Amino acid sequence: MPFDPNDPLKDRITDIGPPKYDKFFPPIVKENYGKWKYHEILEPGVLMHVSETGAEMYSVRVGAARLISVDLIRDICDVADKHCGGYVRWTTRNNVEFMVDDKSKLQPLIDDLRSRGNWFPMGGTGASITSIVHTQGWAHCHTPAIDASGVVKAVMDELFDYFGSHKLPAQVRIALACCLNMCGAVHCSDIAILGVHRKPPLIEHERVQNVCEIPLVIAACPTAAIKPKKVGELKSIEINNSRCMFCGNCYTMCPALPLANAEGDGIALWVGGKVSNVLSTPMFSKLAVPYIPNEPPRWPTTVNTIKKIVEAYAAGGRRYERIGDWINRIGWERFFETTGIEFKHEHIDDYRLAMTTWRTTTQFKF
Amino acid sequence: MALKHKTPMLDELEKGPWPSFVTDMKRMAARKATCEDWLGLMEMSYEDKEGHWKHGGIVGVFGYGGGVIGRYCDRPELFPNVAHFHTIRVNQPASKFYSTEILRKLCDMWEEKGSGVTNMHGSTGDIILLGTTTDQLEPVFYDLTHEFGMDLGGSGSNLRTPACCVGKARCEWSCIDTQDITYDLTQEYQDALHRPMFPYKFKFKTSGCPCDCVAAIARADCSIIGTWRDKIRIDQEAVRAYAGGELVPHGGAGGSEKRAVDVQAEIVDLCPTRCMEWDGKTLKIWDEDCVRCMHCIRVMPRALRPGTDTGATILVGAKAPILEGAQLSSVVIPFMKMEAPYEEFKEFVEKMWDWWMENGKNRERLGELIQRLGLQEFLKNCELTPDPRMVNTPRYNPYIFYDPAEVPGGWEHDIAAYRSRHQA
Repeated sequence: MPFDPNDPLKDRITDIGPPKYDKFFPPIVKENYGKWKYHEILEPGVLMHVSETGAEMYSVRVGAARLISVDLIRDICDVADKHCGGYVRWTTRNNVEFMVDDKSKLQPLIDDLRSRGNWFPMGGTGASITSIVHTQGWAHCHTPAIDASGVVKAVMDELFDYFGSHKLPAQVRIALACCLNMCGAVHCSDIAILGVHRKPPLIEHERVQNVCEIPLVIAACPTAAIKPKKVGELKSIEINNSRCMFCGNCYTMCPALPLANAEGDGIALWVGGKVSNVLSTPMFSKLAVPYIPNEPPRWPTTVNTIKKIVEAYAAGGRRYERIGDWINRIGWERFFETTGIEFKHEHIDDYRLAMTTWRTTTQFKF
Repeated sequence: MALKHKTPMLDELEKGPWPSFVTDMKRMAARKATCEDWLGLMEMSYEDKEGHWKHGGIVGVFGYGGGVIGRYCDRPELFPNVAHFHTIRVNQPASKFYSTEILRKLCDMWEEKGSGVTNMHGSTGDIILLGTTTDQLEPVFYDLTHEFGMDLGGSGSNLRTPACCVGKARCEWSCIDTQDITYDLTQEYQDALHRPMFPYKFKFKTSGCPCDCVAAIARADCSIIGTWRDKIRIDQEAVRAYAGGELVPHGGAGGSEKRAVDVQAEIVDLCPTRCMEWDGKTLKIWDEDCVRCMHCIRVMPRALRPGTDTGATILVGAKAPILEGAQLSSVVIPFMKMEAPYEEFKEFVEKMWDWWMENGKNRERLGELIQRLGLQEFLKNCELTPDPRMVNTPRYNPYIFYDPAEVPGGWEHDIAAYRSRHQA
């Protein structure tokens, strides 16, 4: 039965959840589930997995934008139909993986991918810079301070050589969130690109009482900077601007308090975070650059600063060291010196737990 | 065919070697007016350096309190085809394997009933269908459930779509069945996923080993991370082969050439607990001192493997900074076997949720509530026993909230007796 707009609840199906995970497994994955023995990256972007059963699976990883059209998905399907028995997968970092169950199928797959312009760059494996995970930005979000897809494209163009090679000391994970809400949770990335606002919200007194719950707005402010205020006959609020830390939480609660502003908004860069427990324990990313203006369409200052950080790490990092491990070994004073990034008052924390970041030892480097 | 809006700034993003979302959208725009107007709106954002989407808008499908994000453009007079541009979150199959058959069906449906624009995938893991009008929401939902066997993901103060790494489908290190855990929890808690019942969002993420490829420890209110508690399996022959340069070290991650591994410098000396010894022939591991960081296993994957007494470490409370600052998850159950049907784990989950729903304030994540009321309170309410594995160090401040039950006589004083010993 097709959908009946006059009776939308007819034959309704709800709460069925996603398709079971093995429904779309290629046969070789089904047969070797839980039996994989070891893997090896044969060249950047090409992985071989060997099973206890002797089976070998070859995966080709290609980079992709996160924002993609159904046309591109259909192109991906064409490749998967031709070479991979009609199966394909995505990784947690927006890469696409094509899998074949025999070595003889590998080269034709690679040749086909390479013949399709620059849609399917191979890489993102091992000690590389893989695809940037990111948020919506100006493409679809209502609170962004920056665009997402455009910044990512500009950064990946510049770092492209690192995507398809294994020449870094370890992998570098870059992530972008277009405001402090961080729905991209970028706070534990080797390099994080973060959209920041720098002007307190503007207050539309005429709208506040109509579109906002004033007590909720007041409660939403983490620094208690918001107070109720009557403006003529209008119930509204006032903001102690000197206490604003530009988190945007009040705007989330109240659409009459927008804080986007072309001159105020821009990018902060953070470095040295990681989530894996390998060698060192997980770490937060720390502030490298507090503010870079929005420079659409290609954000040259952001791109060049990131490149500078990556190149300093590539030159100074030891084998297996993530960016955070490298910085911990050389010290933050050396990080700022090596990268040429200026250390400013914004680098010194003044929010909760700030004192845990201050230097409480005479051990440092001149 | 020339497009309706000139996009000189976006056109700059068609250059360079990385795949261009602008080029991709332009070919859609040639036959979809929505994409045409979307490009025009993006160009205006690039000129203005400000976004052009309105705040909020509550839309959805009948009976669900999440899964659809309402979105309206703030210049509909210029871009009428994106005046309404709602997002639909579709729950992905765990670890994101697809048949081309299901993908093509999705594409055809979304080209007909929506913009044809997607995210593969959103940050949480869902398939994101980006941009449709309110009247298409029910027809899309009908197709998803009736034709594709698919359902919506989470949004708002719901359980968010659980996600996991590739796990046993293609990884030799996965100590738990990440996909089955994810699927099982998703099915068990469908109601929590579709109908808001929590103070704020709640995320489960499951990684098969301590490498944590799904970033569970940084992003999930409840992080499930595979581990083992017996010995690392060693093939001494293969260790010698790595040392002798007969194999490619690090699984090829640092270059695909064969190279002699300096076992002392690259493995033994880098081990965080120095729990190994190498005499040039045999690698000895004192497993009781191993903290399972995975480094040695990663560098010599054909020689070393995780143990076989596997299970998971359960950690709770991770979140991004909004609002009390970013938190990583903290260990609350050092080891749990995690075998289907995961009853022990679900009992824990339900105790945890009861406590959070009882005590959490509006928009307070679990990690923030634990910060406000204390990890001890969390443990007590979830009936968990304190363990040194839950802390980096014991406290160093002396202000302890003692329990009166543990002090003889409780908190009562005998004033008369006190004053008979001490004059005022």
